[in-house]
Amino acid sequence: MNTETVNETNDSHDGHDAHHEHHIPKGVLRWLFTTNHKDIGTLYLWFAFIMFLIGGAMAMVIRAELFQPGLQIVEPHFFNQMTTVHGLIMVFGAVMPAFTGLANWLVPMMIGAPDMALPRMNNWSFWILPFAFLILLSSLFMDGGGPAFGWTFYAPLSTQYSGDSTALFVFSVHIMGISSIMGAINVVVTILNMRAPGMTYMKMPLFVWTWLITAFLLIAVMPVLAGAVTMVLTDKFFGTSFFDAAGGGDPVMFQHIFWFFGHPEVYIMILPAFGIISAIVPTFSRKKLFGYASMVYATASIALLSFIVWAHHMFTTGMPVAAEMFFMFATMLISVPTGVKVFNWVATMWRGSLTFEVPMMFAIAFIVLFTIGGLSGLMLAITPVDFQYHDTYFVVAHFHYVLVTGAVFSIMAAVYYWLPKWTGKMFDITLAKWHFWCSLISVNVLFFPMHFVGLAGMPRRIPDYALQFADFNKWISIGGFAFGLSQLIFLVLIIKACRKIGEPVSDQVWEGAEGLEWEIPSPAPYHTFETPPVIR
Amino acid sequence: MNRVTSLLIGALLAFSNSAIASTAAERSDLNLRQGVSDISLEVYDLHMLMFWICVVIGAVVFGVMFYSMVMHRKSTGAKPANFHENVKVEVLWTVIPFVILIAMAWPAATTLIAMEDTSEADVTIIVTGSQWKWHYKYKDNPDVEFFSLLATQREQINNKFTKGENYLLEVDRPLVIPTGKKVRFLITSDDVIHSWWVPDFAIKKDANPGFINEAWTNVNEPGIYRGQCAELCGQDHGFMPVVVIAKDPAEYEAWLQAEEATAMRAKEEEQRLLSMNMSMEELMTQGKKIYDTACVACHQANGGGLPPMFPALKGSKVALEKQNIPLHISMIINGKNNMPAFGKQLSMSEIAAVVTYERNAWGNNTGDMVQAKDVNAIINGK
Amino acid sequence: MSELPGSTDKTEKADVSPESGRASETQIPKTRAETAAENAKTVRTLVFVVIGMLGFSFALVPLYDVFCDLTGINGKTSNEAAVYESVIIDESRTIKVEFITRTHSGMPWEFRAQTVEVEVHPGEMSEVAFYVRNPTDRDIIAQAIPSVSPGTAALFVNKTECFCFKHQPLKAGEEALMPMKFYVDPQLPKDITVFTLQYTLYDISAKVQPAVDVAMNNS
Repeated sequence: MNTETVNETNDSHDGHDAHHEHHIPKGVLRWLFTTNHKDIGTLYLWFAFIMFLIGGAMAMVIRAELFQPGLQIVEPHFFNQMTTVHGLIMVFGAVMPAFTGLANWLVPMMIGAPDMALPRMNNWSFWILPFAFLILLSSLFMDGGGPAFGWTFYAPLSTQYSGDSTALFVFSVHIMGISSIMGAINVVVTILNMRAPGMTYMKMPLFVWTWLITAFLLIAVMPVLAGAVTMVLTDKFFGTSFFDAAGGGDPVMFQHIFWFFGHPEVYIMILPAFGIISAIVPTFSRKKLFGYASMVYATASIALLSFIVWAHHMFTTGMPVAAEMFFMFATMLISVPTGVKVFNWVATMWRGSLTFEVPMMFAIAFIVLFTIGGLSGLMLAITPVDFQYHDTYFVVAHFHYVLVTGAVFSIMAAVYYWLPKWTGKMFDITLAKWHFWCSLISVNVLFFPMHFVGLAGMPRRIPDYALQFADFNKWISIGGFAFGLSQLIFLVLIIKACRKIGEPVSDQVWEGAEGLEWEIPSPAPYHTFETPPVIR
Repeated sequence: MNRVTSLLIGALLAFSNSAIASTAAERSDLNLRQGVSDISLEVYDLHMLMFWICVVIGAVVFGVMFYSMVMHRKSTGAKPANFHENVKVEVLWTVIPFVILIAMAWPAATTLIAMEDTSEADVTIIVTGSQWKWHYKYKDNPDVEFFSLLATQREQINNKFTKGENYLLEVDRPLVIPTGKKVRFLITSDDVIHSWWVPDFAIKKDANPGFINEAWTNVNEPGIYRGQCAELCGQDHGFMPVVVIAKDPAEYEAWLQAEEATAMRAKEEEQRLLSMNMSMEELMTQGKKIYDTACVACHQANGGGLPPMFPALKGSKVALEKQNIPLHISMIINGKNNMPAFGKQLSMSEIAAVVTYERNAWGNNTGDMVQAKDVNAIINGK
Repeated sequence: MSELPGSTDKTEKADVSPESGRASETQIPKTRAETAAENAKTVRTLVFVVIGMLGFSFALVPLYDVFCDLTGINGKTSNEAAVYESVIIDESRTIKVEFITRTHSGMPWEFRAQTVEVEVHPGEMSEVAFYVRNPTDRDIIAQAIPSVSPGTAALFVNKTECFCFKHQPLKAGEEALMPMKFYVDPQLPKDITVFTLQYTLYDISAKVQPAVDVAMNNS
C-alpha cells in the first residue's frame, strides 16, 4: 500500500508538533475541554485504570473475607455491596471505558481520519463517566449502604427488598448507558463515513471491524438496560408492578429483559479484544492475519447469535423444556465462530517468524486462557449439567477467565503494543516482563481453583462457606492478593512511560507492524491525517 | 446417556486421578459428585464427557500453538511463510466442531427431557424459600410442615467456637423423603428469588415469589444430603442450607406417622399453654433462645440492629411504650416491610417469650410480660 | 510501504464505498461539508435506532405477556373468564388437578382449598371452593395470584369463574367460600396427566386504597 500525504504539517519528521503548541491549552483546561481523540483516548484509559484499581480493591476485600471460613472482616450485607459494586465497576468502569479509550486513540488513525466524527460529543461521552461513578461510589456511604443485589440486580431483591441507594444506582447506570451510546454512535459514524479514500470495508484492520460491530451491539442493547433499570426504579418508587406478582407482574420477566441486554453486553466486552489480538499476533509472527474475511464473518456471526442466547443465564428459572433446548443449542453454536477465530490466530503464528515481546506474550496468554474460559462456557451451555454449575464458583471461574485473562489481558496487550506509538518511547521492558509473569501466575492461582470449588458445590455471592472449600479458598485469596499487587508494577510502568522515560522508538516501533498508525511518527502528532492518505 | 458412552467414560475415569473421580458416598474436592439418583449419575457422566472433549480440544489447539512457538521462532532462523488463507482447512475446522457439538447435544437433550418429566410422583413436597430459611410441607400430610433453619451457632460463624464438621450445612429440621420413590418438589418463595439446590440429586430450581416450579428425584441410597440456596437473596444468602435425609420407605412411613402425632400434640400443647402463664424467668430464657435463632442476624445480639435497614430494638419506641405491645406482637406475627412474618414459624408461646425478652433486655427493662394468650388474641384480631 | 491486512494478491476490482457514492479508483477526498452532512444523516439514523430499542425494551413487557398468554410458559393462567360452549369431553383420559394455597408473608388470612385435588376429563366442567377468613380487626382487600406447574399446562386451564379475576375484600372477622369453576381444554398435550394450581394470596389493601381510611387500618 502506498500512502501519500499532501499536507506537510501532518507528519513533521522532527517529531515536534510545535506549530500546534499555540492551539493546545495547557493544564486542567486542556483535559476538561479537549475534543482531540488522542486526549480523550488517554482520559478514558486513565479513568479505566483507576477504576480497575478501585474495583480491584473491592475484590481484595472480598478475597480477604473469603480467605478463611467464618466472618472475620466484613458483615454479610457489606460483603454483598462489595460483590455488587466490584462487578459494576469492572464491567462499566474498567473494561468498557478501556476499550472505548483504545477505540478513540486508534480508530481514526487506523482509517486515516483526522478525528472522530463528533468530537464535542466525544468529550461529553467521557466526562459524564467520572460523574456517574462518583454517584455510584458515594452510594456506599449512605445509611443502609450501597447496592447489594449483585451487578445483575434481579427483582424483587432490587425492587422491594433494597435500600434507597437503589435510586443512585439507577441514575448512575443511566448515565453510563448514555456515555456508551454516545460513544458507540461516534464510532459507527466515524467508521462508516470517514475512512480515507481507498479504505474499503474489507481493507479495514480487524480492530476497526470488531469495534464497528461492537458499536452496533451497544446501540442495540444499552437502551434495553435503560428500560430494565427504569422499570426497577418505578417498581420501587412509583408503584408499578412490572416484577411484582401481587400486581400481576413477573420477577422472571426482569431476567429476560436484563439478559437480553446482558448477553450481548458480554460480547461487547470481548469483541474489541479479538480485534486487538488480531492486530498483535500478525505483527510478531511477521505474517498476515490468517483468514481475514472469515474473521470478519465470524465476528458478525458472534454478534448476531448473541441476541438469541440470553436465557442460558436462566436455565433454573423454570422454563419449559422446548425453550431450554433452543437456548442450549443456540449457545453451543456460538462456539463455532469463536473457535474459528482461535484457529485463525494459531494459523497466523504457524510457520511465521515469531518473536515474543511483551505484547505478544499477553496475546499468547490471551489465546490460551480465553480459550479455557470459552471451553468452560461450552460446558455451561449444556442445560442438564448447568443445573449443577449455575450460581456456583464454576460460573465465577468461567467469566473471570474470559473477562480478566480475556478482555483485561487484551487491554494490557494493547497498551504495551501501542504505548510506544503514543509516547514515542519504549516502555521499561524489565518492569513489563515482571508485570506479565507475576500477573500470569497469580491470575491462574486466583481463578483456576474456582472451577474446583464450584464443582465441589460452593455457591457464589456468599461471604462464608463450608469447611471443605477452605483450602482452595485460601489459595484463591493468595492468588488474588498477588494479582492485585502485580498491577502496581503496571502502574509504575505507565507513570514512567507517561513521563516519557525510555528509549526513543521509530515510526514502525515493532518489526512486522503494518497499518496506517505505524506510518506516522512516534509519538503520534497531536493532529494526524488532517489530509487523508490515499490507499491503494 | 447410553451404555457405550458410559463405558468409555468409565475407562477414561479409570486413568484419571482418584481425586477427580468421585463415588456416591464420597464428596470430591475437585469435581461434581455422581450423586445418589439415576439422573444425577447421568448428569455426572454428561459433565465428564463434556470435560474430556474440552480437554482434548484444548490439548490439540494449544499443542499446535506451543509447537509453533518452539519451531517457528525467528531466533532459531524461521522465516515467515506467505499464506494467509486456505478455504479447505477453514471449512474443515468449521464443520468438525459443528459435528462435535451435535455429538454433545444428543445425550444432553435426552437427559434434559428425563429431568423435566415430573409426572407420576409418589410423594410431593411443597418447598417455600424465604429470607433466610426453607419451609417444607408434605402435600398429602399437610399437618406435617416445618421451617428449616441454619443450625450452626453464631459463635462458630464469629470465630468464637471451633467450627463443626457440617459448618453452614446443618439445619434444625431437615427434610425427610423416602428412597426408591419418585419425590416431586413444588418450589416457590415468600419474598425474593431463592434457589433450592441439592447437588447429590442434581436438582437446582429457582424459588420465584408468586409462582411455582417443579423438580423431582428418585433417591437410590439412604443418607443425609446437603445443599445450599443458589440465588442471591440478601444478607444471609449463604446461611440458608438445604438438608435432606433419605430413609427407606418403611422408616420414612414411620417417621411421617411420628411427625403427624407430634404435630397433633404440639397443637394441643399450644392450646394448653394459652391458659397458662409463664414466669418472667421462663419467658426471658426461652425468649433469648428464640431471639438468638430467629432475630439476631438482623437486630444483632446487643439489640442495636443495623439501622436504617434493621432498626434497633434497644431503646426503641415499639419495645418501650406499653401502648405498643399489640403493635410489637403484630409486627412479629405479620412482619413489616423488609421484616419477614414469623407468625407461621414461631408458636404463640415462643412469640410471647421473644416479645417479653425484647421488652426487657439490653436495659429496656419495661417489666412487661407477654403471655401466649395475648398473642392468641392478636392473631384472632382482638 | 507495506500492504494493509486483508488485501489479497489478486487484483482488486474498482472499489466502491457504498455510502460515498463514488465509483472510481482515483478517489477525491470528501470535503468537510460533505463529511459533516453525511455524519449528520448517520447520526440521525442511529439515534432513531436507540430510541426504537428503548421503546422495544418497554414493549418487551406486553410482548412477554402476549408470549406467555400464547404459550403459557410462565405458568400464568388467563385473567379473563373463559366461556364454556361446544366443548367436547374427552372421556378417554383423566387429568389430576391439585390445588395448593399460600398466603404471602404478612397476609394474615386463613386460606385453604376445600378440595385439594380433583380428577377431571378434559372438557368437563368442574367446580371447587376455597375457604378464606380474615381474623384481624381491620378490613383487608386480597388479590389471589395463580400459578400452574408444569407451566405449559396453564394455557389449557380455562376458568369460567375465579376469585382471582378480581380483588377480594373481607371485613374484619369475616369468612367466605370462594368458588372457582374451570374446565381443562381437551387440547392439553397427551403427556400431561397431572398439574398443580397454586394460589398465593396477597394483601393489597395499601395499594388499592392509598388514601387514609379509618376502617382500613394499615400497619
